[in-house]
Amino acid sequence: MTGHTISEKILAAHSGVDSVKAGEVVKARVDACMINDATGVLAVRALKDMGKKQVWNSGRVIVVLDHVSPACTIQSAKVHRELRAFSREQGISHHFDVGEGVCHQLVPEYGMVKPGDLFVGADSHTCTYGAFGAFATGVGSTDAGAALAFGKLWFKVPETIRVDITGTLPDFITSKDVILRVAKLLGVDGATYAALEFRGKAVTDMSVSSRMTLCNMAIEVGAKAGICEPDEKTYEWLREDTDENTAPITADEDAIYKYTLDVPISGLEPQVACPHNVDNVKSIQEVEHIKVDQVFLGSCTNGRLEDLEMALRILKGRKIAPDVRMLVVPASKQVYLEAEKRGVLRELMEAGAVVSNPSCAACFGGSIGLLAPGEVGLATSNRNFKGRQGSPESEVYLSSPFVAAASALTGHITDPRKV
Amino acid sequence: MMKISGRVWKYGDNVNTDYIIPGRYMELTDHEEMGRHAMEGIDLAFVLNVKKGDVVVGGRNFGCGSSREHAPLALKYAGVGCVVAESCARIFYRNAVNIGLPALECPRITKSVELGDDLELDLGAGTVTNMSKGTKLLFTPLPPFMMDVLEAGGLVPYLNKRNVW
Repeated sequence: MTGHTISEKILAAHSGVDSVKAGEVVKARVDACMINDATGVLAVRALKDMGKKQVWNSGRVIVVLDHVSPACTIQSAKVHRELRAFSREQGISHHFDVGEGVCHQLVPEYGMVKPGDLFVGADSHTCTYGAFGAFATGVGSTDAGAALAFGKLWFKVPETIRVDITGTLPDFITSKDVILRVAKLLGVDGATYAALEFRGKAVTDMSVSSRMTLCNMAIEVGAKAGICEPDEKTYEWLREDTDENTAPITADEDAIYKYTLDVPISGLEPQVACPHNVDNVKSIQEVEHIKVDQVFLGSCTNGRLEDLEMALRILKGRKIAPDVRMLVVPASKQVYLEAEKRGVLRELMEAGAVVSNPSCAACFGGSIGLLAPGEVGLATSNRNFKGRQGSPESEVYLSSPFVAAASALTGHITDPRKV
Repeated sequence: MMKISGRVWKYGDNVNTDYIIPGRYMELTDHEEMGRHAMEGIDLAFVLNVKKGDVVVGGRNFGCGSSREHAPLALKYAGVGCVVAESCARIFYRNAVNIGLPALECPRITKSVELGDDLELDLGAGTVTNMSKGTKLLFTPLPPFMMDVLEAGGLVPYLNKRNVW
């Protein structure tokens, strides 16, 4: 008997069998399902088209209005109205309206995911919750509709690539630089159909917020899930005690991996993903001359308190370049209020930033912070596809909050260690 | 078994869902309207010229990026009969089958076809015939479960027919 990966164990536990192996197809019970204003209406229609009047468990459904929030067109206002009515009619208490924040921040903040869970969300960055030791994966609206209807879905058990992150993160280098490095090494389809397990002391050393950044971008290499083993930090973040009966699911020593990717990080430089693919990653020295028009600090990737504090570490008492606009969007109301309490938002505004309400904002290119033709944006979010943040003739670079803040300060892509 | 014939629209690697339908159209809930914006992120000529049954050919990692089902829906309602790519991104692949749009993986497809070629696809036999060039390629047919979903017209009619999950 050989051992199992975290993904195999979680999928087996939810399929009512002792064990499953990569490649098998299982019908599994899901612990929760999330929909948002980008995908939710189609999921609700799929549910109704399946002849179901009720979701399988209204306490395990999360509805978030975050992608175009507040609504900026009449059509998006109609979408919001339809989802509000759905939540009311279904008695869904985890309905998060305009102003609450980004779905992937709210789900863990409200304790809707825990280690060992099987979670599906109608959003590709649902893989973020792997940071809590869950198997969480993005699905389309029809799959989400089926999950809402039956509380079950079919899954192909993925192979797992073990990603060993070794060494210690240097100052000003973050988990964002690590995951961009991983994207460069694996390529945008390097982990298609596979899961990633992030291992190593560097991961253990990371805050849970940093692990969320790491897992968030697993989809950018095609992965079905990105998972960290849960530890004391995980439970502390979730304010949950480890229950002896539900010991955290970890990988067996003799688990079978597709292969192991070694990612040494002790000498890692700040990494920047260049247009128009997430794996087009360069070290900061290669891109330092590039002028930026807009800096966006936010998103489910890097919109948490530690990210805002990283930016402030660079910008405290200083002013951003006059020809740069800097948009700061905290990932949730909780993040917003804590940053406000600590004076972080005030100081970022004094440095010249615009602070907007918690939402997906510029990441999604559907509401605020769009780029004009010929403009260059630097963002802490997760995708730099052509046209992602506005005009197809604009360009988007992706970086850590440190690089974003340093670049806002100078007006061109800048090494945070030099300012 | 399903057979499809149509002209080729050919694209490269990593055609992401933002290219297939940009984020600003995610608010749309009407399928026909989504169809009017298909491929708008990279090819404005597509919707003006696409004909019913046409085949979208892509390189590696077709449909990568977001989970938006609007992407396969836009292609389907623009008239596309089938997507054939060297490889498909996971969520797109599943979404396409769930809404009844065949998505096939055929490793050498982009080297074998050109824009405007006439193709005939036999989903059951796993063959792509290039009528313009007189060549034939094989692909691994979809697993039986996914073929059943496709033949039912998607996951919703499939589940309705069986009334169980």
